[in-house]
Amino acid sequence: MAAHTHHHEESFVSKYVFSQDHKMISKQFLVTAILMGIVAVMLSVFFRLQLGWPGEQFAILETFLGKWAPDGVLDRNAYLALVTIHGTIMVFFVLTGGLSGTFSNLLIPLQIGARDMASGFLNMLSYWFFLVSSIIMIFSLFVEGGAASGGWTVYPPLSALPQAMPGSGMGMTLWLISMTLFVVSSLLGGLNYIVTVVNLRTKGMSMTRLPLTIWAFLVTAILGVLSFPVLVSAVVLLLMDRSMGTAFYLSDIYIAGEALDVTGGSPILYQHLFWFLGHPEVYIVLLPALGISSEVIATNARKPIFGYKAMIGSILGIGFLSFIVWGHHMFVTGMNPFLGSVFVFTTLLIAIPSAVKAFNYITTLWQGNIRFTPAMLFSIGLVSTFVTGGLTGIILADSALDVNVHDTYFVVAHFHIVMGMSAIFGMLAGIYHWFPKMFGKMMNTKLGYVHFWITLITGYGVFFPMHFVGIAGAPRRYYDYSEFAFLDWVMDLQPIISTFAIIGAIGQLFFLFNFFYSIFRGPRAVENPWGSNTLEWTTPVEHVHGNWPGALPEVHRWAYDYSNPEHEADFVPQTTPLLQGEHAH
Amino acid sequence: MKLLILLVIVVGFVATLQLAKVYQLTSSLRAKREEDISEADNRLNGGLFLAFMLAFYASFIALMVKYGDYLPVAASEHGVEVDRLMNFNLAIIIFVFFLVNTLLFWFAAKYYHRPDRKAKFFAHDNRLELIWTIIPSIVLAAIIAYGLKTWNAMTGEASPDALQVEVYSKQFDWTVRYPGLDGEFGLADFNLITATNPLGIATPEGVVEALAALDSQIVALESVVAHEKGHLVKEREGLEEELHGGHGHAAPEAGRKARIEARLAEIDAMLESDQVVILTDAQYEATADKLYRLKRHRQRIAELEQFDLDGGIPAWEAGKDDQIVKGEFHIPVGREVEFIFRSRDVIHSAYMPHFRAQMNAVPGVPTRFKMTPTITTDSMRTITGDEEFNYILLCNKVCGSAHFNMQMTIVVDTPEQYEAWLASQAAFGAEPEPAAADSTGTAPAADVAAVDTTAAAPSTLTPATGAGAGRNAAATPRNKNQGNF
Repeated sequence: MAAHTHHHEESFVSKYVFSQDHKMISKQFLVTAILMGIVAVMLSVFFRLQLGWPGEQFAILETFLGKWAPDGVLDRNAYLALVTIHGTIMVFFVLTGGLSGTFSNLLIPLQIGARDMASGFLNMLSYWFFLVSSIIMIFSLFVEGGAASGGWTVYPPLSALPQAMPGSGMGMTLWLISMTLFVVSSLLGGLNYIVTVVNLRTKGMSMTRLPLTIWAFLVTAILGVLSFPVLVSAVVLLLMDRSMGTAFYLSDIYIAGEALDVTGGSPILYQHLFWFLGHPEVYIVLLPALGISSEVIATNARKPIFGYKAMIGSILGIGFLSFIVWGHHMFVTGMNPFLGSVFVFTTLLIAIPSAVKAFNYITTLWQGNIRFTPAMLFSIGLVSTFVTGGLTGIILADSALDVNVHDTYFVVAHFHIVMGMSAIFGMLAGIYHWFPKMFGKMMNTKLGYVHFWITLITGYGVFFPMHFVGIAGAPRRYYDYSEFAFLDWVMDLQPIISTFAIIGAIGQLFFLFNFFYSIFRGPRAVENPWGSNTLEWTTPVEHVHGNWPGALPEVHRWAYDYSNPEHEADFVPQTTPLLQGEHAH
Repeated sequence: MKLLILLVIVVGFVATLQLAKVYQLTSSLRAKREEDISEADNRLNGGLFLAFMLAFYASFIALMVKYGDYLPVAASEHGVEVDRLMNFNLAIIIFVFFLVNTLLFWFAAKYYHRPDRKAKFFAHDNRLELIWTIIPSIVLAAIIAYGLKTWNAMTGEASPDALQVEVYSKQFDWTVRYPGLDGEFGLADFNLITATNPLGIATPEGVVEALAALDSQIVALESVVAHEKGHLVKEREGLEEELHGGHGHAAPEAGRKARIEARLAEIDAMLESDQVVILTDAQYEATADKLYRLKRHRQRIAELEQFDLDGGIPAWEAGKDDQIVKGEFHIPVGREVEFIFRSRDVIHSAYMPHFRAQMNAVPGVPTRFKMTPTITTDSMRTITGDEEFNYILLCNKVCGSAHFNMQMTIVVDTPEQYEAWLASQAAFGAEPEPAAADSTGTAPAADVAAVDTTAAAPSTLTPATGAGAGRNAAATPRNKNQGNF
């Protein structure tokens, strides 16, 4: 591999813009996702202002939103647009594209000992589709009538009929186009990840020696490749219903003074197609975060991850089950109650592998020697949010109970804690942990501490009280609750929630500053700052094309020999040959 | 005030940054590396986890105390079961919540890094893993079994003497329809919806009227399209060219020539008439398109078929005695009510939190939900100590700009009150009876009466869209009931 040892000059464009190097593409994904995240967080602060203090005037709203917030009061259509785009960006652009795009790209080749992704070109295309779809999504905020406003699930007929609301006009069309491009990006990336993990593992890197991060990324990619095409079909059919006079999702509709010439379609069909992606999507978001936290927790507890094989089994179990539970989003659509029962059963089964994961994390901490890096703090936070949010899923999965809390704040609380907070915590843990690998610099630890504690406290402060708002019967996606006297007593939680949200959003400035400042001015990193076993820490700090200047490393053991009593040091890199008589795990 | 808070936050942020900078400078002086976490930091964070845990639990308990009694007691039979199931589930998940979070934060605090210690190498333990696979499985089996038992009871068939009530949704209000004396909902079709027939109920007269109304619109638009000046002029030019055999064309044969001349005369007359209009291309296309859609609409109505409901009542007749209310609707206590939900535009969701009831209203796909109210509005006012209390139906599926205020009041009456109220509601096909509406003091009834004066024409529907097409034989006993007055 002599070709990789001598450094050949690359132009700025091929190095930073149209790069085919997985490490650079990973950074591109990360920075794009952070920018999208900033937008999504700002949108949420805007609508939280309205929810916390309905009808009050906020000059800041008019400054940012202009005609959408006349006199500083958020317009009711704009409110729905903000909610919709906030959800879309967070779920797809930050937690799917951002999380998988960044860490699958960075870690798959580095941790399996490959020179790059199987196809650098497809990988580059994946990023560019992602970028274009991000730009279109942001652009859709500025069109006449506003962005898509039917909620991030964009159920037809609301989303299919431009007469139904202003946001179902051009904004909706752009939303659909953006999502189509996003899926292309996701598929290109996913196929690449799968092929790379299957084919390009270095010598000795058997499947049972893979770090759990890679297992999580692999299963995530498989979920994406199997489910995203279904979303495309849903989206394309919706586009046709909107623009070409078809009626896949439409029937018996009278709107804006006219009986439409559509019969025979079913809006419920869309929901089946959407949630066939939508539920695996939850795990597409969550699994990479769980993989990252497995790695971070083992490294910083200086202990092997407890129950490595059970962890793999639960990732596979969760991945499989995620395909047969989508109907639990549709208990109140009038679906056959027996079908509902089946989905109750399959959904609650997911609690078992999830419980195994949670207990395994906790046992990993037990009798550990825990080093609280910011990454470790976020990983522990993730375990807490994963459990706290996951438990309320038991109630939502129980169809009889879901009837009463479906589409209320209870649901908002549930998925923001279990999916939103957990996945964001996983992503932040990953950033703090692998920042030295990505940029060759260290982030500031103290700022990381401040960031974590603000984020944990405000995160729970925002979403935990929402359980009570939801059980009291408050529907989500309401612009104003003052018309409902029976909710008055619980609405004094709303300003508290909004206050936490604002502080939490401002707290992210600690991270942004730390991140961008450290890229340029942070102290230089060493090759293996955390004392980790995995292969990425055997690469030089200065990136080289092909990752390792010499031959590819050879793997002799699993990734979790931390504090192995047979060794002096408290970590044993995977490249260390087994001692005489040592048992491999 | 808010500005002050903002200022404090900004100052705090800047101060922290400065501190961090100072810290970084001093640590680089001490040659401390960023990845070396001092024992003090480790202990601090461990302690913070414990402190956070306690604060978290305290807030949880405070929230439980203040907001734990979420709603008044369930006001329906299945609602009581649902609440029991909810408490069972909550007991389990709150226990697990405390257990797991306590272990997590406690271990984090206890096992913080000390340089003189080595972590325990503990890679797996089959017995432990088996324990936390099997115990959750058993608990979940119980949750599933109990949950499905409740679910099956909730979703079973409604009893034959259940009261059927149709809840009809559109952006952004609800309309409720009762089947009237015959116990059958007249068929309704979205093609028959007009301002005066908001549910599109079909009657023979109504269909005729609807067709007539469409015909007059079609005639008017056809005239507009035919009299568009630009098109006429263009047609005229074409015909004249053909007539005079320009561009190497042979002159037309006699029959054709006569027809062209007749048409030219007609065009001239039209251009002279005051019906001539001038439209832009876009306007002309829009008009032609509108005309096409009106014709399709007419065709769809013409295709509606007469048929009988299962009870032998002609579907086009059954709607005449249906009663339609807005603003508030009544149901009797202690009797099973089967709601049939329909929507005319987008998906709405009928959410009745006090009854623990919810079902989507989906255009084109009627849905059902049954429940038995157990507490009258009056009793609930006593229970809650709130004289203003009302049950409520609200929309819980985002449906557009006024989604947040799409509501209807539900009144649970004693059977006698209910019968009296229902009797005061005008039938769809009836002449207006303002006196009857006034006697109960319900404004919505007056609205309906006003509507009925103009809407006297009912209409009909195809079986697929006829929400009332089910269980007709079963409905007969109910007719007798309502026939009492």
